[in-house]
This record gives sequence, structure tokens and C-alpha cells, in this order.
Amino acid sequence: MNIKKILPQLLTLLAVILVFGFFTYNAQVNMENRGIAFGYGFLSQESSFDVQFSLIEYDGSHSYFRAYLVGLLNTILVSVIGIIFATIIGVVVGIARLSNNYLIERTAAVYVEFFRNIPLLLQIFFWYFAALRALPLPQDTEPMLGVFYLTIKGFFVPAFIWNNLDVFIYSVIAALITIFFVKYYARKKQENEGKQTPVLLISIGLLIILPLLSFLIGGASFTIQVPVLDQLSQNSYTYKGGLGLPPELIALALALSLYTATFIAECVRAGVQGVGKGQKEAAASIGLTPNQVLKLVVMPQALRIIIPPTTNQYLNLTKNSSLAAAIAYPDLVLVFAGTALMQTGRAIEIVSITMLTYLSLSITISIFMNWYNKKIAIKEK
Amino acid sequence: MKKLNLLTPSKDKLYTYLYTGIFLFFISILDVFLNSFFNINLTSFLPRSISFILPLLLGLIGLHLIRIEYSGIKNLDLINKNINTNTFNAFLSLIIIFVIIKSLPPFLSWFIIDANIAGDSKDACTGSGACWTYIKIWFNRFMYGMYPNEEQWRINLSFISLGFLGTLGFFATEKYKKYLTLYYVIIYPIIALLFIYFFISGGPIFFDFSYGIIAAVISIIIGFFIPSKFKMYYFIIVPITIYILLKYVFFYEELIELGKLEALEWVETGAWGGLSLTFIVSFFCLIFCFPIGLFLSLGRRSDFPIIKYISIGMIEFWRGVPLITVLFMSSVMFPMFLPEDMFIDKLVRVIIAISLFEAAYVAEVIRGGLQALPRGQYDAAKSLGMGYWKMHIFVILPQALKLVIPGIANTFLALVKDTPLIFVVGLLEIVGMLNLAKTNPEWLGFAMEGYVFASILFFIICYAMSKYSYNLEQKYKTER
Repeated sequence: MNIKKILPQLLTLLAVILVFGFFTYNAQVNMENRGIAFGYGFLSQESSFDVQFSLIEYDGSHSYFRAYLVGLLNTILVSVIGIIFATIIGVVVGIARLSNNYLIERTAAVYVEFFRNIPLLLQIFFWYFAALRALPLPQDTEPMLGVFYLTIKGFFVPAFIWNNLDVFIYSVIAALITIFFVKYYARKKQENEGKQTPVLLISIGLLIILPLLSFLIGGASFTIQVPVLDQLSQNSYTYKGGLGLPPELIALALALSLYTATFIAECVRAGVQGVGKGQKEAAASIGLTPNQVLKLVVMPQALRIIIPPTTNQYLNLTKNSSLAAAIAYPDLVLVFAGTALMQTGRAIEIVSITMLTYLSLSITISIFMNWYNKKIAIKEK
Repeated sequence: MKKLNLLTPSKDKLYTYLYTGIFLFFISILDVFLNSFFNINLTSFLPRSISFILPLLLGLIGLHLIRIEYSGIKNLDLINKNINTNTFNAFLSLIIIFVIIKSLPPFLSWFIIDANIAGDSKDACTGSGACWTYIKIWFNRFMYGMYPNEEQWRINLSFISLGFLGTLGFFATEKYKKYLTLYYVIIYPIIALLFIYFFISGGPIFFDFSYGIIAAVISIIIGFFIPSKFKMYYFIIVPITIYILLKYVFFYEELIELGKLEALEWVETGAWGGLSLTFIVSFFCLIFCFPIGLFLSLGRRSDFPIIKYISIGMIEFWRGVPLITVLFMSSVMFPMFLPEDMFIDKLVRVIIAISLFEAAYVAEVIRGGLQALPRGQYDAAKSLGMGYWKMHIFVILPQALKLVIPGIANTFLALVKDTPLIFVVGLLEIVGMLNLAKTNPEWLGFAMEGYVFASILFFIICYAMSKYSYNLEQKYKTER
């Protein structure tokens, strides 16, 4: 080992240690002065603040840890909704950008250029403060399809009240597992005997029959609860019953999906364009039908290009959902790094927990992506 | 003579089909047009459902009739090829045309026809359209934040001078071209810092600004007599030395005397805001994040394990957390890490936080470029006896950076779009100012106008940046 190799490393390490040491020392001094001891014990204390919208049972008597869970679940909820809609819009727009119809291609291009060049925060504000504020009051709302009410106080939809929900869920899981085995068996059969099995039909059948059985035999059932207008005071109305999605959630999901969809659309376009023309011609020349060309040749190769950047976009969407704090949607940042931090004053612990949560989420996904990339990479001989 | 078959248009009776088709198509467009602009329903004599769907049917039949392949008429073929290849495409095209015609009148009437811009109070807005008076009255606030009105010339002057100095590179003659990198990487940022920090802040440290200018001028004049071999070191060391000498040795006593006089009114950073703050924050973050990102990307590919893992840790950490938590960290957690008597300005903390955050993204983009270079480039450079830094500066980085222009441009765009987030620490750039103006009791209810105005501004800025990066990419594209 020569000195030229070790010295720069040692110097860097020393600098990093010095900086961290400086910070830790100051933090200790500051906390001593303020009389707070470092520790995560406060998580089990009573939180004594309320959250507007929560997926699990929560009120002020629950612990800070419960508040953290509420925030985390709300973050996950808005991310999942956003991801679903962003994927749908993104794929449609991405395909539209490849259309040979000039008008459609231009419309999609204008959409992409417009929505990706405006800051997401501005879009969230626009939907929340400008667009959704133009909606009617609950008492003036005309129902859509009889049961959906889109009002200034949120979107009210009928709710399912389940009996024996777990039986139904087990039946769906059982159906999915069976489909997996059917697929495996079908592939084996095709490799060995060259016979094709109608996997799709069998899968759809299984997905219908097994849950149906859970209703008939398993005792699962549900009733639909329609939202009804309820008078709170003389001029204040709202809808009771059913499921109410707060306007913050709608604005956030709308802005996130419209914004992220532009990036997904570009990924899709790049992916499909990335498949060489020769591939399609070669596939056509061995007698595959256009459908088969798409399904067996183009899509597997395009997906290989599309999936990694799209996952990245999903990750971005999840991280961007933290902008919820700006319009008071109770997500992880607002509930935990906002309200809980204000109450406890434990800046270091709370910010570090929040950051670690997001960090572990992205690292998990990037590890999975690396594994996936390795798995689907073209193995050249 | 063949029978005229209406269902399959052919070339034989070209003009019959063509005129019928165009006639039907125009009737359908006219119907929608009149309906949407003048509220006249041509087909009101028909039942409602048929009247509603009729334009679509007529349009489809019309487009079907003019769908004649290889007609020999250039424009017709162009239309057929682009919007009318089959019935489904024709349907989609018609829908898009109809939606555009339908949505134009409400949009135009809101945006222009019924909008107000005259007057200087809320009462001037009587129409049902947009109230641009609101934007007009608040324009100064949206541009300069809470910066005092009579001092705004300082911001304008700084931006104009910086803009002018920034474009100097385009006028440089061959002789000075070799100094351009030096100019843009070191001198220009320092001048910008002097302008922004000392000139826009004002107050007693305005004298620092004048020392800085004097130092820069003196060093540039002497610089002409320095052999080019030492110029690089010279321009790093001498201006700073002169500056320190001026400040602490020659004029120290005077400074204390004069410091009590205020040559320029002191404006604290909390009062900065509006679009100018957006520019200031993005400008400095852009300047800082690039070199940090460059070093991180080189560190990640380094052979030294300690440097490598520190770089990986830095990159993955910043990339894994949302910017808003980073800003939270800089505002509530970072002060805990400093000695009690030490205070770092809010704006500076924000700029450091955003720079580090974006640097991680820049690092990953540059790493992509470095990985894309063939090994042969490294081997060739090494075989010429180049060391690590020489190899990277003269061979690897020029090629790698060229490859990643689009990626870096995207990161910079993301940076500009992320600046509104600084509202978390209480700095109000344009979006923050909009939210403040919106809650002013005198001006309630104009949220839409404000957001539309800001959207248009951001769209222009970001679109121009992306087009410029596209031009750069084309300019530096080299066949490999």
C-alpha cells in the first residue's frame, strides 16, 4: 500500500468525522441547555391532537406512534391512488404520442409539455384553491349517477358495509395463487408437449368463481350505504354515511397523477420507440399476426425499457406526496413532522424518523429494481 | 360505367365524393361552431338526442367519403394520412376538433373578452371573466416580494448586469475563448455573489461589495501581464487576497467609521421574495449543485473504498428523501447542530439544502455519462501518461458531460420547479406571494387569476430552458 492511496481517504474520513463530531457536540450542548434528553420514548406518550382524516381509528388519546401510523397510511393512500391514475393517464398519453393521427399526437404533446413545465406545488394549489373551490355546496349538489356527490366539502361515494370480509379476501388470494399455478402448469405443458392452454379464460373464471363461492357458501355479504344529506346547523350541510373523500385528497391525487403522468407518458413513448424496427419486421416475416407481434415481440422488449424509469417515477410521486403539507392533507410530513414536532419540540428525533421512513421506502424499491433489472437484462452470449 | 357506390369511395368519381365529403364535414363543423360561439342550434327541429349526435355522424360520413388513397391531390392525401387513416382515427380527430371548438368560447371570454384590467381596486372587476387588475396591482409584490418599492432598482440593476455579464461569453473572440470556462466557473459566480449578497442586501456591507469590485478590476488588469501558465492559479488566489487586504488591512478603520453610515438601505433576506427570489435561489443552487454533483459522481466511481462509500451514502441519502423534509431539516433541525451563538441566514441554509439535494441527482446523471464511455477512452488516456485529474479534465469529462446534457437540463428544470417549496421555511417566492395575496381581505376570490398568471410565467421559463437544452444537445452532438 502506498501513501498516495491512503492519504486522501484518511483525510476525507477525518473531515467527515470532524463535521459529524462538531454537529453531535453542538446538538448535545443545545439539548442540554434546553433541558431535553434525546430519546424516542415520547412516541408512546399521549398525542392529544386530532387529525381530520384517518384510515385507522385515531383521536387525541392515542399515542404519537399511532399518529405516525395515521400519517404514514394517509401518505400510502394518496400515493397508491396517484400511482394508479398516473399509470392509466400516462400509458394512454404515451400511446397517443405515438399515434399517426396528427391531432391526437399534438394534443398529447401539448398536455405533456404543459403539465410537466409547471411546478407541482402550483398545480396542487390550483386544484385545491381555485378549481375545487368552484364546486357547489353540499345542499346544491346534483348527484352523478344517483349516488355520487361531488361537493366543495369533498367527494361522497357509497360505501360497502361488509360481513365476513376476511372470507372474501381469502377467496381472492386463493384465486390468485391458483392462477399462478395454472400459469406455471400451462408453461410446462407448452414447453413439453407444445400445447397451449387458454390461461386467460381460466384465470378470469377462477377470479369470478372463487369470490362468488365465498358469497354463496362462506357467508360473505355486503350492503351498500348511500350518502345522505345531513344538516349540521342552519346553513351548514354535509353528507353522512358512505365514504367521504376530503377535497385535499382529491386535489393532491389529481395534481400528482396529472403531473407524474407526463413523465410516465415519455417513458412509455421512449420504450416503444426503443424497440428496433427490425424486430417488428423480423417477427412479421416469420408469420406472426400483428397482435402476436405486439404481445410476444414488441411489448416484452418495450417493458424492459419502460419499467425501470417508471418505477422511478412512482418513487418520485410518493416523495412528492409530501407536498400535501401545503394544503393541510394530513400525511406523514404534516401530522408527524408538522403537528407532532410543534407539540413535542423534538426536532432531531422526528425529522430523522420521517426521513428514515422515506429513505427505507426508496431503498427497498431501488434494491428491488436492481434485482429486477438484473433478472430481465438481455443475457448476451 | 360503374355504379356509384356510396359506401366505398374510389378514384373514378373523385370529385363527386370529394365535394360531398367536404360539404358534410363543413356542415358538421359549422353546426358545432355556431352552437358554441353564437348559441344557435341549426338542427333544433330534430329530436334532442339526434341533434346532439348529428355533427359527429355527418363528420364521420364526410371523412369516410374523402378517404381516397392515392388521389393525386397533395393536400387531400396529406389530410388522409394524418387525421383520417381509418374510421376510428376519424372519430378521434372529430372529437378533438369538437372539444377545441366547444372549449374556446368559455376560455376566451374568461381570459380576454369579459376580463378586466383597468382600474386599481377590486370594484373595477365587474365582468364575469378574469380580473387582471388584481395581477396589475400586485405585480410588484409578485416580482419583488416585500422588498421596499423605492429600492427595487437594485434588484433590476443586479439582474440586468448579471444577464449582460452572463452573455459576454457569446461575444468572446478566439483569443479569450480559452478563459471562458474559468470565467463561468469561478469569476462569474463570485461577481454574482457580490451583486446578490452585497448589493441587494445593502446596509453596511455594501462596502464589501465595492471592495469586491475593486479587487476584481485590479486583478483583471494585472492579469493581462501574468504568463498564461500561472493564470489559473492567479485568478483563484489574487482576487481573494486583494479583497481580504482591502477589507481587513487598508480600510479596516474606515469601515468601522463608515459602517455607521448606511450607503444603501439594509434589506434583510426575509423581505426578499417573488419571482426575483425564485431566480436568486435557482441561480445559486444551479451554480453550487453542479460541481458538488460532479465530485460525488467521480467519488462514486473512485477506487478508494472510503471515498466511494461516503459518496454512495451521500447520493442515496439525498435521493431517498423528499425535498420538503430536507427543508424541514434545514429549518428546524439544523440550528440544533450549530453552536448557540452561530446563526446562518435562512436563505443561505435553504440554498445549501437545495444544492446538496439536487447535487445527488446531478451526480447520478453524470455517472450515467461516465459509464457510457467505452473503456478504451480511459486506457488511451492512461497510455499517454495522464494522471487521474488530467485524464478526467481533458479526456473523460468533456465527452461524458456532452452525453448527459439532456439529463442535466432535466435536473435543472426540476430544481427551478422545486423552488416554490421554500415556503416551508417562510420564504415567499412567487407561489408563496400568491398565497399571501389570496388571503388579503381586500382581494378575496382571485385565486384562479393568480395561479394562471404564475403557471404561464413558469411555463415560459421552463419551456425556454428545455428548448435551449435541446439546442445545446444538437450543437454538441458528435458522431461516435
